[in-house]
Amino acid sequence: MKFAVIVFPGSNCDRDMYHAVKDVLGEEAELVWYENSNLENYDAILLPGGFSYGDYLRSGSVAATSDVMKQIKEHAAKGKPVLGVCNGFQILLEAGLLPGAMLRNKNLAFMCHQEALRVANNTTIFTQSYAENEVVRFPIAHGEGNYYCDEETLNELKQHHQIVFTYENNPNGSTSDIAGIINKQGNVLGLMPHPERAVEAIIGSDDGLKVFQSIVRNWRESHVANV
Amino acid sequence: MKKVTVFITLKQGVLDPQGKAIQTSLHSLGFQEVEDARVGKYIELHVEDHENVDERVKEMCDKLLANPVIEDYRFEVEEAVRS
Repeated sequence: MKFAVIVFPGSNCDRDMYHAVKDVLGEEAELVWYENSNLENYDAILLPGGFSYGDYLRSGSVAATSDVMKQIKEHAAKGKPVLGVCNGFQILLEAGLLPGAMLRNKNLAFMCHQEALRVANNTTIFTQSYAENEVVRFPIAHGEGNYYCDEETLNELKQHHQIVFTYENNPNGSTSDIAGIINKQGNVLGLMPHPERAVEAIIGSDDGLKVFQSIVRNWRESHVANV
Repeated sequence: MKKVTVFITLKQGVLDPQGKAIQTSLHSLGFQEVEDARVGKYIELHVEDHENVDERVKEMCDKLLANPVIEDYRFEVEEAVRS
């Protein structure tokens, strides 16, 4: 399986994402600079964390208007997996691939520590390797991770089981403890905590590995098994 | 040439943590009369004359300058003074 890690000016978790997929999982991965890129030959797209365009205007807003987003939208429309983590999640929101928006953390602080998360939906292509309601520990590292959406959108998210990860101890004020949501089609996931920084037990946690393993497992089942 | 001034504010009902911090600070300075503080953005644009300036600026706001999920905006268009 071949992953593209999109690199914007100001991305800073791109190498962690690459390392998780390439070195820990042993899958093919490439760092893809956002300009003049061709995403046709990739099976999955990873939008890493960081501060694309210095978080100017609003986090993710400038990256969301870049040309590469058109290709990512096409990729998503084909049902292929797209995972956005942290700033990647903010970009997906700003691009309209996921509903809602991010506000400043309730306590105004940039927070960087491990958080306990609950896998609220383990039937997605990103979470099928987790047990139902499994509690996992991923690091968070953000100043604007306070997820906001209106009542109507929230009801819709709940109704379609689009809330995939929730915080056990909501650190940032997110609506309904939301840490990660998926689109209705089930192939675009946005997640504020960092699974790619939790792939080796020796540095604190390998709970995030199953996110990437789930993607690969699902892809193998639908591609390799049919060959 | 037109000068366009765009004001962007958080929608009513959307929590504004920065505004809350400012309000608390003002209270600690003795300005107890401050009942609410909301933080917004102010953007100045200089644009070439265009027959649909209002429409174009609205499009700019919807597509980039404001996020309609959490923000409202308004703008003013005036003749730019050449310096």
